[in-house]
Amino acid sequence: MTAVLWTLVTLPATAGAVLALGGRGAGRAAPAVGVFTAAAVLVLALGAAWTRPAVSVPFVAGAAFALRVDGLAAVTVVAVAAVSLLVLVFSVGDVRSGRARFFGLMLVFVAAVLLTTTAATLPALLLGWEVMGATSYGLIAFVWRDPDRLAAGTTAFLTTRLGDLGLYLAAGAALAAGAGLGLDQLVQLPGPWREVVAAGVLTAALGKAAQLPFSFWLSKAMLGPSPVSALLHSAAMVAMGGYLLLRLHALLAATAWAAATAAWVGAITALVLGVVAVGQSDLKQLLAASTAAQLGFVVLGAATGGVAGGAAHLIGHAATKALLFLAAGAWLTALGTRQLAALRGAGRRYRWVGVVFAAGAVSLAGVPPLALWATKDEVLAATKEYSWPLYVVSLIAAALSAAYAGKALGLVLRPLRADAPAGYDTEDRGTRHIGAWQKIPLMVLAVGAVLLELPALPPVAASFERLLGVPAQPSATGVAMALSGGLAVVVLVVAVLLAPRLPAPGWTRAWLGLAAAADRGVVRPVLALSRGLAAFDDRVLDRAVMAVAPAGRRTAAVFARLDDAGLDGLVTRIAAGARRFGELARYPQTGQVHQYYAQAVVVLAAAAALLLLLVR
Amino acid sequence: MLSLLVFAPACVAVILLLWPKPPDRAVHWVWILVSGAEVAAVAALWAGYDGGIGYEVDTPWIPGVGSRYHLGLDGLSLPLIGLTAVVFCMCAIYSRRHGDRPRRFAALFLALETTCIGLFAALDLLVFFVFFDLSIVGMYAVIAGWGHGAQAARSALKFFLYTFIGSLALLVGFIGLFLAASPHTFDMLALTAQAPLNGRGVAGGLVLLAIGVGLAVKTPTFPFHTWLPPAHTDAPAAGSAVLAGVLLKMGTYGFLRIAMPMLPEAWRRYAVVAVVVGVVSVLYGALVALAQTSFKRMIAYTSVNHMGYILLAVGAAGLVAGTDPQARAVALTGAVTQMVSHGLITGALFLLAGILYERGGTYEMDAYGGLAADTPRFTALTVIAAFASLGLPGFSGFIAEFQIFAGSFGPAPVGAGIALLGILLTAALFLWALHRLFLGPSRHALSRPADVTGSEIAAIAPLLTLSVVIGIFPRPLLDLIEPAAHNVVDLVAR
Repeated sequence: MTAVLWTLVTLPATAGAVLALGGRGAGRAAPAVGVFTAAAVLVLALGAAWTRPAVSVPFVAGAAFALRVDGLAAVTVVAVAAVSLLVLVFSVGDVRSGRARFFGLMLVFVAAVLLTTTAATLPALLLGWEVMGATSYGLIAFVWRDPDRLAAGTTAFLTTRLGDLGLYLAAGAALAAGAGLGLDQLVQLPGPWREVVAAGVLTAALGKAAQLPFSFWLSKAMLGPSPVSALLHSAAMVAMGGYLLLRLHALLAATAWAAATAAWVGAITALVLGVVAVGQSDLKQLLAASTAAQLGFVVLGAATGGVAGGAAHLIGHAATKALLFLAAGAWLTALGTRQLAALRGAGRRYRWVGVVFAAGAVSLAGVPPLALWATKDEVLAATKEYSWPLYVVSLIAAALSAAYAGKALGLVLRPLRADAPAGYDTEDRGTRHIGAWQKIPLMVLAVGAVLLELPALPPVAASFERLLGVPAQPSATGVAMALSGGLAVVVLVVAVLLAPRLPAPGWTRAWLGLAAAADRGVVRPVLALSRGLAAFDDRVLDRAVMAVAPAGRRTAAVFARLDDAGLDGLVTRIAAGARRFGELARYPQTGQVHQYYAQAVVVLAAAAALLLLLVR
Repeated sequence: MLSLLVFAPACVAVILLLWPKPPDRAVHWVWILVSGAEVAAVAALWAGYDGGIGYEVDTPWIPGVGSRYHLGLDGLSLPLIGLTAVVFCMCAIYSRRHGDRPRRFAALFLALETTCIGLFAALDLLVFFVFFDLSIVGMYAVIAGWGHGAQAARSALKFFLYTFIGSLALLVGFIGLFLAASPHTFDMLALTAQAPLNGRGVAGGLVLLAIGVGLAVKTPTFPFHTWLPPAHTDAPAAGSAVLAGVLLKMGTYGFLRIAMPMLPEAWRRYAVVAVVVGVVSVLYGALVALAQTSFKRMIAYTSVNHMGYILLAVGAAGLVAGTDPQARAVALTGAVTQMVSHGLITGALFLLAGILYERGGTYEMDAYGGLAADTPRFTALTVIAAFASLGLPGFSGFIAEFQIFAGSFGPAPVGAGIALLGILLTAALFLWALHRLFLGPSRHALSRPADVTGSEIAAIAPLLTLSVVIGIFPRPLLDLIEPAAHNVVDLVAR
């Protein structure tokens, strides 16, 4: 059955690549190819979940490329495949232009997510993980004429890639420790290497899951098309950050500090981004902040031993949030706005969407008996065992999720005002139409939001734990569930009633200024450094090299002068001296005998005098 | 057989030059056929290779100084010879529609191909040196003769003098090895077996310094890289592709072939210098590339970045004490993979830059913008090449860089950790370049908004396809490289 696993990854990858490279000619066929491929992927995912295949082939030096479907992966691949199919069906009605590129990139993205989910070694994980990031860039910046959207895609890619460096680090540490790069082997690594691996994995996961301090990329990513938000920011990309920690929960547990760090980061993200979500004036921004906050619960579950609860929450949240993003997208397409104030009464104008949105919002709020109520309580039960202060923080965060869900719900369900159309068309011209392609996936997802609490409830929870193959976790008591359910109901009702009056101050709308801080603290210094170094390269380093040439020429000129004036001059002077000596030597050559005699007498006398002097 | 592989292109070059007034079409086809035959021949040699030194040729050449005409192939040289043949073949296809004086251009490139293949096949230091210097002469002629821009002659001269001086340092080092060996020899295998300067600290250090500087100029690494940007900016597209794709590898190949195995003790002692130079090159190259406004200069600086990873890996492989030989072999395998990968990807990028210049008349990125709508195929190719170059998994660059990082982390954790930031910076700079060229509002004023032609695609797509194939099925290549990498690791540890 290994063919099922290979096909699960390669089918959407190939189909997506062909579509994306097919150009405009592929546009007409793209929706059909996309939906049918996604449907086939869902069938394959079910097959893989049933048969649990594992494959391994040699890959890079020192590590194999291995995929495996274990319990956690089985559950997740089915969830990812199902949400992908529904989102692609929705896109048939929602995405109007650049369809080949859109469906192509979505399919490649789905392939990368499935690879991430089933990866059993670090190289395989990194392959899926980074391709996921790169395709998210292409999808968020889908409308590529708009510089803001380009910037949003770039921010998402670079921020998550900064986190990805942690996985490279983890691979290096695992290899240095002399162990293999299998994900299961990481927990057995010796001493300090295991700490490095845990730190790397944690960074990568927190970056992808948009936890603090990386959360800001998710805010900007909301400029992408709504189906993209529905898939990337519910079931897939951000969820994969949480998924990685669930998968490697044993590694976190083995390095106590990593578990504690993850737990606190998760809880604080749930709390702080919960506040940020309440203070939004834009529906998609509200949902995005709530995604980061809800993923905080998943991270918390992975870190505190509530793995089954975390996994259940991951899946329940995937259905719930995909539903809410798609509903927001349907309104955005129909009414041309994402502003909460303008969407007042939108749920009554499009009743079907209003009803399913309500189901999603109530689930998000944690109201019994819907999905996120029970799953969150499972996480909280594990947290209570782990640390009381952490439990209190998470309980407040849970109450906040009822507050932001209530804010959105209260506004869209209020009666439609007569002047509502004045607020429409702030982003694009709306179509004032929501078709069957959009409605059907919403309804399926609503069923998920209503039913996905089952894995966290007593009769099913134990078998869910067995399915995942994780140790039994402390289960929520009836009292705790009633307490959290009651709290959620009260906060939700209050928030629904107060919805139009809940504030949206600048600091929450700016997501605490995280993006601005990253810009000022990292991006601008790096750009300044790069310009400085480029100037150094041209004006100092290159000029120093180029100065060697003139210096060489000047040295040559000096030597040339030395050669001309010195060496050659000396030769010339010697020649002149020789000539003068020759001229002098010509004087005695007179040709007259008496003068020769006289010269001979002088020479003899001089010789005799010399002899006398020497003898004496 | 190997001599035929090396000298066939040069022979054809001579024939082309002697052929009175050949038609341009015939010249191009001869060029394409010969370089295609080289690719096929390398593939055949690869298929028939079975470990060790294969296809050895060994006859006396200059017996007075103990130099022999000694060629052979192994797991280090075969991948690079394959790369050389492929890059030259793609340049031949690309040049079918580009360039004037095609007969001389083709002859020059064929001669250059001989020098490149000969260098990688050489097993004698003097043969290596002769091919090394001839390649400099050939590239000088390419830039000076076919370069564009007012500065072409100046850039060519700068390239020539700088790398030629580097080669003199290399020659000094070779003579040092020759004198230290007993009996005196230039034979690489004999020198590797002897490691003649082991146990002679100062002399070993000085010879390594000479060889290291010579190779660092060619590679190039910080701070010897300043000849590279002007040479690339002014070279014709095919010249740039060969310069970056093949000629730079002569430097990095020298580290693995000469510096490490012949001077193991000195290499171990000064390996940390290579690590530092590598890390600085990685970050410096990426940061300076980030600030460039010219597309081609930007790619040139990313070469400094990519070559820096190789220096990091060869340095880490020399940090023997207390580290795992398996990890060091992974790093070296990554280094050789990086040479192949960079040759393919950067070769493609420079050919694309040539198309950009031909269509738009400038490399300045701010002169374009929104090209994606008008030239979708050009955009798609460049986007793929850019993502390949930034090390995205699925392309060969990831296989190379992953192995380099993973393998170097044990021996040099700090260096590898810092160098990791390089892949973030390259991601940033390539995305920014794509934004300025292709995306955003339409700002370009192309007189001929023509997309890439069929023969241009035929030249660029194979390079990128090979990068994808290596990225997804790396085993055939790695099976070739790994034994050689293990061998170098063992030799360095002596």
